Amino acid sequence: METTQLRTEPFVINLGPHHPSTHGVFRMRVVFDGEVVVDVEPMFGYLHRGIEKLAEGRTYTQIIPLTDRLDYLAAMSNNWGYVMAVEKLASVPVPERAEYLRIIVGEMMRISSHLLATGFLINELGAFFTPLMYMYREREKLLDLFDMLCGQRLTYNYMRVGGVSHDPPPEWWPAVKRFVQEMPSYIDDYENLITTNEIVLSRTKGVGVLSRELAINASASGPFLRASGIDWDLRRDDTYSIYNRFKFDIPIGTNGDVYDRYMCRVKEMRQSVRIIEQALQQVPKGEFRSNVPHLIRPPVGDVYGHIEAPRGELGFYLVSDNSIAPYRFHVRPSTMINLTTLRDLTIGWKLADLIVIFGSVDVVLGEIDR
Amino acid sequence: MTVALSGKGVAEEISKRFPGSVVSSDEMTIVVSCDKLFAVAEFLKTSDLTMDYLVNLTSVDYVDYFEVVYHLVSIKRNHSLTLKTRLYGREKPSVASVTPLWRGAELQEREVYDLMGITFEGHPNLKRLLLWEGYPGHPLRRDYL
Repeated sequence: METTQLRTEPFVINLGPHHPSTHGVFRMRVVFDGEVVVDVEPMFGYLHRGIEKLAEGRTYTQIIPLTDRLDYLAAMSNNWGYVMAVEKLASVPVPERAEYLRIIVGEMMRISSHLLATGFLINELGAFFTPLMYMYREREKLLDLFDMLCGQRLTYNYMRVGGVSHDPPPEWWPAVKRFVQEMPSYIDDYENLITTNEIVLSRTKGVGVLSRELAINASASGPFLRASGIDWDLRRDDTYSIYNRFKFDIPIGTNGDVYDRYMCRVKEMRQSVRIIEQALQQVPKGEFRSNVPHLIRPPVGDVYGHIEAPRGELGFYLVSDNSIAPYRFHVRPSTMINLTTLRDLTIGWKLADLIVIFGSVDVVLGEIDR
Repeated sequence: MTVALSGKGVAEEISKRFPGSVVSSDEMTIVVSCDKLFAVAEFLKTSDLTMDYLVNLTSVDYVDYFEVVYHLVSIKRNHSLTLKTRLYGREKPSVASVTPLWRGAELQEREVYDLMGITFEGHPNLKRLLLWEGYPGHPLRRDYL
C-alpha cells in the first residue's frame, strides 16, 4: 500500500503569561512543528515594577523591603546581598552574632527555595500537587521559623545594614535545632520518592543538556551552572561573611541535564543542613547590630557586591554620590541571565519537555522583571 | 577567594597592545574609550587573563556621559576585573556589543537598551526587554520624570 506523504506546517503557541507552569507571569512564544519545539522566544516584563528606579528615591534602609520583592521565594538572600553591598560601600562592620544569624537564615532560605524547586519539578512532570505537598510541609516549618524570627512569612525585611533587625526569641533556637535534626530524614523521603523513580529518570536524564562551555559563556550561575560540571560557588570561591569557618561540599553534576540540576539541589539541601548544624554550635553571644546612623551616607564611589543565592549569583551594583539615597541601584538577576540559553536547551524537544526544562531553571519572575 | 586584579597593572598591558585606548585606571577598574571596547574585551577574554565569565553588565547615567560597566571574572584563574567605558552625547549613545564574546550579555544588553537607551552595535536581537515597543523614553535616565 502506498503511504501518503503528510505535510506539516509550523504553528505558534503563546505559552503564558498565565500558564500554570510558568511560575508567575512569564510568556514564551513557541514555534512548533507538530509537537516538536522549533523556536522559543522568551518575553519578559509582565511583573516589571521599576524597582531600580524606585530605589533611587529611597534611603539605603528603605530599599531593604524592596529587595524582598525581587526573588520572593528567597527574600532573606536578597536582603543579605543588598545589605552586604551597602556595608562594602560604606565600610560598616557587622557583629559576629549577626554574621552567624545571617548564615543560619540564609541557608534555611536555600533549603526552603530548593524544596519548591524540587517539588515543582515533580509537578511539571505531571504528578499534580500531591507529591509537592510533602515539600510544602517542610517549607511550612521553615516559614514558621521565619515568622518567629521577624513576624513575616514571605517578605522578611530582616537584615539591616550592619546586622539584623531582631535577636531571635529564646524559643527559636531549640526549634531550629529540631528542624535541623529532622530535615535529613525528610530529604531521604524525597530521594526515595524521586531519585530512582523510573518515570522521573526517563523524563529527565539527558533532557535539556547545557554544555560546560555554553554554561560559562552564557554567564549561568547557581545549581544551573554547577549541574554542568563547573565547580564554582561564591560561598567558597569568593568567600563572603564567615563561610570560611564551615566545612561543606559543593555538589556538581556531570551531564548538565534536568536530572543533574535536581540532584545538585537535593545535595545542596544536605550541605545547607550541615552548615546550619555547625553554625548553631558556634554562634556567640553579643550584639546583633552595630551602631549605624539612621541615614547612611556612603562615600562617593561604586561597588558590586554578590552572594550565592539559591538560584545563582545575586549581585547588587550601587553607585553613591554621598547622599542618603543611591545614585544608581542595579540588581544582577541570576535567573534572567540563566534564561539566556533557554532556546538552546529546548529546541528539538517536545512541548512536555519544554515545561520540564523551563522548570529546571527554577525562575522567579519578581527577580527577572524587577 | 576571587582576587581583584589591579586596574593599573592590566591597564599597562592594554596600553601596550592598544595605544591610546585606556582613558583612566585605578586600583579596581579600567576605563577604556568606547571605540576600542570590543578589541579590549576580546583581548581580556582570549589573552592569558582568560576572562571567560561576564558576571554583570549595567549602565549608569552621569548626565555628562553614560557609563557602561562590565564585571568580568575568570572562573579558570579566579580573578576579577571591572571594565568601564564612557559614552558622550545624549542623543544616540552607542557602543559595540560584547554578545559575540559572551552570550551572557545578550539579555543584559537588551535591558540596558530598554531602560537606558544605549544602542549595542552588533547585537543579534536588540529590542526592548521589560517595556513594550513604543514606550516613550528610557526610565533609568536621570532626566526621565
